Amino acid sequence: MSSSVDTQARGFLTSLSDTLWRKPGLLVFLLILPPALWLGIIYLGSLFALLAQSFFSIDEFTGIIQYELTFKTYAELFRPSNFDIIIRTVVMSAAVTIAAAIIGFPVAYYAARYARGKWKALFYLGVMMPLWSSYLVKVYSWKLILAKEGILNWLFETLHLGWLLNAYLSIPIIGGNSLSVSATGTFLVFLYVWLPFMILPVQAALERVPQSMLEASGDLGAHPAQTFRHVLLPLALPGVIAGSIFTFSLTLGDYIIPQIVGSSRRFIGQAVYAYQGTAGNIPLAAAFAVVPILLMAVYLWIAKRQGAFDAL
Amino acid sequence: MTSAIGFSGVSRHYGDVKAVDNLNLDIAEGEFFAMLGPSGSGKTTSLRLIAGFERPTAGEIRIFGQVAQGIPPYKRNVNTVFQDYALFPHLNVRDNVAYGLMIAGTPKRQRQKSADEALGMVALGGYGDRKPSELSGGQRQRVALARALVNKPKALLLDEPLGALDLKLREQMQEELKTLQRSLGITFIFVTHDQGEALSMADRVAVFNNGQIVQIGAPEDIYYRPKTPFVADFVGSSNVLPPEFMNGLVGKSSYGAVRPEAVRLAEQGQSALVRSVSFLGAATRVTMDIGNVPMTMLMPKGAAVPKAGETVTVDWAAEDLHVMAPA
Amino acid sequence: MHSDRAPLGLKLAAAFGLAFMHLPILLIFVYAFTTEDKSYQWPPPGFTLKWFAVTWERPDVWEAMQLSLKVASISTVIALVLGTLCAAAVSRTRFFGREVISLLVILPIALPGIITGISLRSAFNLADIPFSFWTIVLGHATFCVVVVYNNAVARFRRVSGSLIEASMDLGANSFQTFRYIILPNISTALLAGGMLAFALSFDEVIVTTFTAGQQQTLPIWMLEELVRPRERPVTNVVAMVVVLVTFLPILGAYYLTRGTDTVAGQGK
Repeated sequence: MSSSVDTQARGFLTSLSDTLWRKPGLLVFLLILPPALWLGIIYLGSLFALLAQSFFSIDEFTGIIQYELTFKTYAELFRPSNFDIIIRTVVMSAAVTIAAAIIGFPVAYYAARYARGKWKALFYLGVMMPLWSSYLVKVYSWKLILAKEGILNWLFETLHLGWLLNAYLSIPIIGGNSLSVSATGTFLVFLYVWLPFMILPVQAALERVPQSMLEASGDLGAHPAQTFRHVLLPLALPGVIAGSIFTFSLTLGDYIIPQIVGSSRRFIGQAVYAYQGTAGNIPLAAAFAVVPILLMAVYLWIAKRQGAFDAL
Repeated sequence: MTSAIGFSGVSRHYGDVKAVDNLNLDIAEGEFFAMLGPSGSGKTTSLRLIAGFERPTAGEIRIFGQVAQGIPPYKRNVNTVFQDYALFPHLNVRDNVAYGLMIAGTPKRQRQKSADEALGMVALGGYGDRKPSELSGGQRQRVALARALVNKPKALLLDEPLGALDLKLREQMQEELKTLQRSLGITFIFVTHDQGEALSMADRVAVFNNGQIVQIGAPEDIYYRPKTPFVADFVGSSNVLPPEFMNGLVGKSSYGAVRPEAVRLAEQGQSALVRSVSFLGAATRVTMDIGNVPMTMLMPKGAAVPKAGETVTVDWAAEDLHVMAPA
Repeated sequence: MHSDRAPLGLKLAAAFGLAFMHLPILLIFVYAFTTEDKSYQWPPPGFTLKWFAVTWERPDVWEAMQLSLKVASISTVIALVLGTLCAAAVSRTRFFGREVISLLVILPIALPGIITGISLRSAFNLADIPFSFWTIVLGHATFCVVVVYNNAVARFRRVSGSLIEASMDLGANSFQTFRYIILPNISTALLAGGMLAFALSFDEVIVTTFTAGQQQTLPIWMLEELVRPRERPVTNVVAMVVVLVTFLPILGAYYLTRGTDTVAGQGK
């Protein structure tokens, strides 16, 4: 009896399979339908709902959202206090990106060109592990490091270099009462958390450079340093740009790191969070959220023209 | 003879690209049939149309009398040997060969026995427990062959099955395939771009170009009596003589062809300027120009060879000049 | 240049980069054992195991952990289904919307998390959906799809084509082909993708802050502790456990995809 059920089930599947074969478009349609519905409705739907709200405004006295199309909210972005936030965030993102490229490049370069066998796997895991480690734990570890009673201060004191640290902290803008409430602290944590996102694409780009190309350069009379400068570096550039997409974008939208380590000066993410939360000014929060999207669109457009997507 | 595979007015167009264009073809049962042509000529697409991997945009295909329209590959009683063999990497050799039987519901014992027999037939007895990745190219090719044949298909489709093998192995496999086909008596349809392979193995050859069959016939026919300049050039590397030249030669404005080995040095005939001379081992190839018509001559070993830059006189026997039908 | 020894400067720079990435995490391990409970004092005045016992007794930590595991499991299952379907469709045909679909899948992770989070939150508000366990899952599954998708799509590309044709040629219908040929060949990639999706969800905080109501996932619990430190020693222990818990799936995914064209984690 069970075998007849079996045969029936098989017969049904076969005729279904026949139908799908005759209409290959139907199969693809059925495959794509659930993810497209999920992402299209839940994700894109919410995203557009948010963006739409940026064209509304809020009544300053009653705090009630006025559902009329206006660019008033966008104009508010250019108020000095708001515009400062944007500038500050962009400068921070750029600084983090540049520092990540400088620190990450040697690691990627060594892993791609010199590490072999076991070392190669170790290097790979050595980048993957921090990449996938808990974001909050990584931030937390820096709270420990930068604390006044923490290891970094202790190190400076032990080396009798406390005066140097104090001199540095007295510099306006980048300094502060202590490292954990300074822009430098914020910068360090950003750099730490996003660094692996720079290394991986650079390493991938470097590994794609064929060995014969380097030998050809040497064969044509180039000194290793010249080969590095004229062959390897240009070929690694798409990888650096690909990595910078991550570091730039991630810094641009983060609101937790500056909240935990840093001064009271806000970043875009914090502004969005504050306006949508306690202030209840959803239109302004939405308008602020558009800023990183626009900045990234421009950045991606430039990156695409540089061929960075092949290195992703 | 009954028809194994029939194409009537079959086309496969991809937008503006006519991969196969209005094809008419009949392959007889038990025939060793070769589809020959350069890449992109439509021969592989034609094979895939038979297997059911492609759907015709027009026309009708019949497989042993049955209209193939709407029948998926798994319900067609033909099997394919793929160009890249397409062995399943996660199954061992025996399970690869037994796959078709497993799907058909053959009990395990029986299908493993059949698979081992099929492996024996292609001289791979004892290789059943290996993974495809542990085999050489030639061995993989045989597994692919056994995997198709174990299902006892009424026709076997071979898509450049020898393309990835080196020359010596290829020649050996050509012999074996021929013997196998004779002993099994089933229809073989063989796609290749190698004219030597097609001519030496097949009962009949169809020459493809631009999605159409330009000539179909026995190997000798194709070789000695090409119908178009393309066939003459592609199949036999014959010297193709343009109509203007032929007009002066035989007073007829159509293409002509003369085989390089038929060209010889002579007292009287055409005066030719030697361009280059290359030694091929068994023969020497001389390329030259008769006016603006390029000509190749194959000289047997031992003959006195002219030098590049010399002017020589060449000729050929009247029966060696093949005159094509007027264009 | 492969045969050359690396210049000393390069070695030092690479070592510095690696140390910079790893020392802070190692520091967490030391702090989990410190006897100091009021500040982040370095060097620790003494070492003790008692905070492990204290943490073990904390119901709020257990509840947060359980919720995180539940959310991560269900989000991973949803992401596995959606990501696999998506990869299958994209690798199968060159249909017109291929690029659009790839972009759609990547967008939730390419855009800053705060945008995804705030969009979902305002959508839930607009649609009058109360915050619950399922609103958290909804958000997590959305950005986990890409990890599964990235792992599966590369493998699908390798399996599709002539292997599928060969299976159909040998008599297997689409479902048999999926079961006997496609599934065995993509299973490790799916497992790896699933593990990474799990790790991603288990750790997620930004989107969760917007989509969670009263519930506390483990990262939310940690965030509270970070913003307003109350019980530093317990936080230290939890941080160490989180590090260890996330390492396992990452290592597993790495070993599963080693030596293949897929590189684990490219999705993140």
